[in-house]
Amino acid sequence: MITAIVIMAAIGLVLGIVLGWAEVHFRVAEDPLVDKIDKILPQTQCGQCGFPGCRPYAEAIAKHEADINLCPPGGEHGIRQLADLLGVEFKPLGAGKEPKPKAVAVIDENTCIGCTLCIQACPVDAIIGASKQMHVIVADACTGCELCLAPCPVDCIEMQVISENVNSWKWRYPVFPIHHEVARAA
Amino acid sequence: MNQPLFSFPGGLHPAEHKAESNAAAIVTVPLSGRYVVPLRQHAGNSAKPVVHVGDRVLRGQTLAIPDGRISAAVHAPTSGRVVAIEPHPVAHPSGLADGCVVIEADGLDEPVAMTPTTWRDLTPEALRERLAGMGLVGLGGAVFPSHVKLQPGQTRIETLILNGAECEPWITCDDRLMRERAAEVLRGAEIMRHLLGARELLVGIEDNKPEAAAAMRAAAGPDIKVVVVPTRYPSGGAKQLIQLLTGLEVPAGKISTDIGIQVFNVATAYALQRAVELGEPLISRIVTITGQVARPGNYEVRLGTPIEEVIQRAGGELPGASGHLVGGPLMGFDLDSPRAPVAKGVNCIIVTSPELFPPHPTAMPCTRCGLCAQACPVRLQPYEMYLYAKAKNLDKAKAYNLTDCIECGCCSYVCPSHIPLVDYYRFAKSELAARDRDQQAAELARERHEFHLLRLEREKQEKAARLGRKASERLESGSVAPDDPEAARKKALLEAAIERARQAKEAAAPANIDNLTPTQQAEVDAIEARRKQAEQKETTP
Repeated sequence: MITAIVIMAAIGLVLGIVLGWAEVHFRVAEDPLVDKIDKILPQTQCGQCGFPGCRPYAEAIAKHEADINLCPPGGEHGIRQLADLLGVEFKPLGAGKEPKPKAVAVIDENTCIGCTLCIQACPVDAIIGASKQMHVIVADACTGCELCLAPCPVDCIEMQVISENVNSWKWRYPVFPIHHEVARAA
Repeated sequence: MNQPLFSFPGGLHPAEHKAESNAAAIVTVPLSGRYVVPLRQHAGNSAKPVVHVGDRVLRGQTLAIPDGRISAAVHAPTSGRVVAIEPHPVAHPSGLADGCVVIEADGLDEPVAMTPTTWRDLTPEALRERLAGMGLVGLGGAVFPSHVKLQPGQTRIETLILNGAECEPWITCDDRLMRERAAEVLRGAEIMRHLLGARELLVGIEDNKPEAAAAMRAAAGPDIKVVVVPTRYPSGGAKQLIQLLTGLEVPAGKISTDIGIQVFNVATAYALQRAVELGEPLISRIVTITGQVARPGNYEVRLGTPIEEVIQRAGGELPGASGHLVGGPLMGFDLDSPRAPVAKGVNCIIVTSPELFPPHPTAMPCTRCGLCAQACPVRLQPYEMYLYAKAKNLDKAKAYNLTDCIECGCCSYVCPSHIPLVDYYRFAKSELAARDRDQQAAELARERHEFHLLRLEREKQEKAARLGRKASERLESGSVAPDDPEAARKKALLEAAIERARQAKEAAAPANIDNLTPTQQAEVDAIEARRKQAEQKETTP
């Protein structure tokens, strides 16, 4: 009887020490789930989800504080990936959130007064310029978040939808006009 | 001629339709009045124009220079004036317009100074440098910049293969080229061998071109092996030809140079020979015009000639013509506008008619009969890839090695349910490519955003430090009188500012400097030292 208690206590002690040691040495500083969610998000940093950037939104999702369907630029594909990752049901994009075609911001050089307000608003530092100098947007770095539109006092920034060109063109999903076949059969 | 012959899986033997166009000799198309030269005639980035509207250009003058590593230069096909640089319909499956340089020819065809080279005197490096701006691309249809393929890679190139298989029905431009200009083609191949340092040089030709094989054999030296391969589509695919001639299979996701083999089309070898021995950049190519035209045959065309004009030179379309195919019937695409110019990748134009190309029967459900898997030269499972591509389940389609599909069209050809399988693969492949592009863009945006946050934090910290320093200076200099109550309030404010600066500095210790490698630590130290110096400089004056 006593031996049994001693053995059990010893086992408990050893396991406790191991667990305690592991708690210290294998500690994960940050939730790895946040990284995984952040990787799925489109990194536009637009804040349309109501969080100040993609990472804060990822953190909120990981803590179950935000829904997975708040990101319009990520689109349906993004929501599906998040649903797969988190093991929850897919749900359509939240109310009032519409996915827009991809666009880049363009500054009208004649109107720009060089106030630098848009430079401060840009989450990816894609606007080049200095006080009282004309500003220019680096199209390759622009994520199309539209955060520079509101601060501009002269409304000289415009979103231009990226039109399809020979390089970005995609083969279409094959569709077959049924009415042709019906007309021929008739 | 004792080269052993191997085999590749699958393949098929469709009606050849070569006799229509391979009887007559190559005809040089006379000069046109107007040339439309696309800036993107190659795989990779569009070339950057270096001429302006109104400039007079000479034949062979550089119109646009390569932009980035995978790109190629574009040259003027004749002398004349640049009248526009604008989007114009091009020969592309999308039917979209792309940037082109439009040249109004002056009819003089005055060339720029071209410097012929005796290549044997030049080192491969010097020769490569000369070739980089010549605009050479693979003329078999893939249009990959040749100067990139001629760079030595990590693996030593042992075998150079010249691709004269020309397996796709209707196309005969390589056949005629080999028959009439075998010596030039082989000289080009010798230059390629010199550049790559390859030991072995093989030429693969399908056995439905005996005249071409005979001409090449007659012109070939003792160290060039001309190998006749059985006629079976797609023996002209680079990986299939390698398998036929060497028995080696290029592993999935790798390229032929990884196993020490490089493949070039015969027309590319010919263009390379002209570029080196005559100093002439790539400004013309041989195009097969066939199908519903009066005089089907092969035509040597300056790049930029509108396709409708070339068809006129071939006697014009016959009654019943219904459209145009660029490339062959299996891998080619429907041309949207015959106003599009002949570009480097246009090897064949077929004028179609309902008799020659009956409309595709309605697709029926897949019965999983497996004929497509038997026909696939890459040993894929087309029926599985089809189901997943149709369901837009791209990851699953990729798991079935969709990216190894060469889009040869064998599966669609044999499908008893007439399913246009390759259309689904092309759709899925381009969706996958677009997804990769988006992923890269997101990665860049993430990096930039993280740096942005870091920069804001750093600026806040620097501002606090600056204000704190100013406050302590004012306190020490005694500009604030001690007895005045107003002064005491100011002093308290200043002290509070100093305290805030100190706190901000402590709080804003960067979070990512734990567990650094020694080199990183050294870098951080160096940066800190520089910052100290800068701060001192700021305070001293």
